[in-house]
Amino acid sequence: MSGKESVKMVTFYRRLPRFNYVKPKGVEEALSLLGSDEGKVRVFAGGTDVIPKLKGRLSKIPEVLVDLKGISELRFLTYDEGSGLRIGALATISEVAQEPFVKDRFGVLSQAAHAIASTQIQNRGTIVGNICNAVPSADSAPALLCLGAEVVCLSRTGERTVKVEEFFAGPNKTILRAGEIVKEIRVPKMPEGSRGLYLKLSPRSKMDLAVVGVGVMVVREDGVFKDVKIGLGAVAPTPIRAKKAEGVLVGAKANDEVIRRAAKLASEESKPIDDHRASAEYRRMMVEVLVRRGIHQCLSKEMMKEIPATGV
Amino acid sequence: MERQAIKVKINGKAYELSVPPWRTLLEVIREDLKLTGTKEGCGQGECGSCTVVMGGKTANSCLVLAMESDGQEIFTIEGLADGEKLHPVQEAFVEHAGMQCGFCTPGMIMSAKALLDRNPNPSEAEIREGIAGNFCRCTGYTKIIESIGAAAKAMKGVSRGWKSIR
Repeated sequence: MSGKESVKMVTFYRRLPRFNYVKPKGVEEALSLLGSDEGKVRVFAGGTDVIPKLKGRLSKIPEVLVDLKGISELRFLTYDEGSGLRIGALATISEVAQEPFVKDRFGVLSQAAHAIASTQIQNRGTIVGNICNAVPSADSAPALLCLGAEVVCLSRTGERTVKVEEFFAGPNKTILRAGEIVKEIRVPKMPEGSRGLYLKLSPRSKMDLAVVGVGVMVVREDGVFKDVKIGLGAVAPTPIRAKKAEGVLVGAKANDEVIRRAAKLASEESKPIDDHRASAEYRRMMVEVLVRRGIHQCLSKEMMKEIPATGV
Repeated sequence: MERQAIKVKINGKAYELSVPPWRTLLEVIREDLKLTGTKEGCGQGECGSCTVVMGGKTANSCLVLAMESDGQEIFTIEGLADGEKLHPVQEAFVEHAGMQCGFCTPGMIMSAKALLDRNPNPSEAEIREGIAGNFCRCTGYTKIIESIGAAAKAMKGVSRGWKSIR
């Protein structure tokens, strides 16, 4: 082939590099392992992002992989009126997608979880891992953004809670410090009458990343938007809230005119890039379309309990 | 980086193995145990040809460390037939030509079996979704979907779950 210089060859190794493996039984032990050898220790739960990255030599090769799956105190998925939804670090994507109380009360999250990769991946991967991997197109992120989720980070020096919109620092980057892990994601109880859904635009209905992902959550009272939250994925360096669009809607009378205006604003708030999946221009246009569609579907009387997350 | 000891049950048989921590479950199944029915396709969790059932759920064995399988019960394609007698899902794939080159077939059948355990009477859409993580580059899927539909019919009244298999 001529123009050889322009072709960047990527070597994919079928075998993993060498590392040690430890499976602690408690959080304390995991944190002290992490703290003891900064940068040389890496934690994982499902491994569905970590293992391919290591095979591809795409991330730093750790000396020790710490498997969190032995820590029973991180294995939970609960809901109650007081503390809302709590997603432990080991709750798998399947568990979140199928759990009845997530479906009933946090439909947008259930749909987003369902939209991730395949059954095999959903069975192993975790929702916490999905946000820690921090790709801009992470399906769970727009849903968690519009649910006002918080991320509980844990280190040897203590616990801190950050809003999910402050958790992402850039493509594949989070605000997690060395020696820190995510213990859980907390989602507050949703107001009565709230409706939400996740719309994923991708060429294939499964096993594909979002070209645009839109999560919306709407509370309407007496024909007025009481609360609206819009989360956007794959259209900025991190998943983002479309706050200007939300601002136009909250307090406004619910009609097509204001929804169109908000959708346009959401599109302007997005900062997509051109890549092999789609052009920035197309992404921006589709943000507008999907935000409008999402809000309309939330308002429609006949909104189905389960709108398919894909095939928009 | 010492080898570590694990205990696994594969297709009903108990194994005590000593494995290097960076070996995948797929490598151990194929290379150490010589159960070569499970295939390696992409090696990145995209294609599903390495699908096994672990703890009752499908997993891409190329993304699972052998260490993670410690204490688990695993089924591979070899665990389906009862001696010479094929499992109804396998029968259906033969009967309805649900394969061409056959490379994706073991993983496809494991996903199909797991789907039918969860949902004994799936719609076509549910079948398509059940095998969404398994790529076939030959058939165009039509014959595979027909096979799984036929297997669902054939398995009416047949006991399910992995415990029922040897």
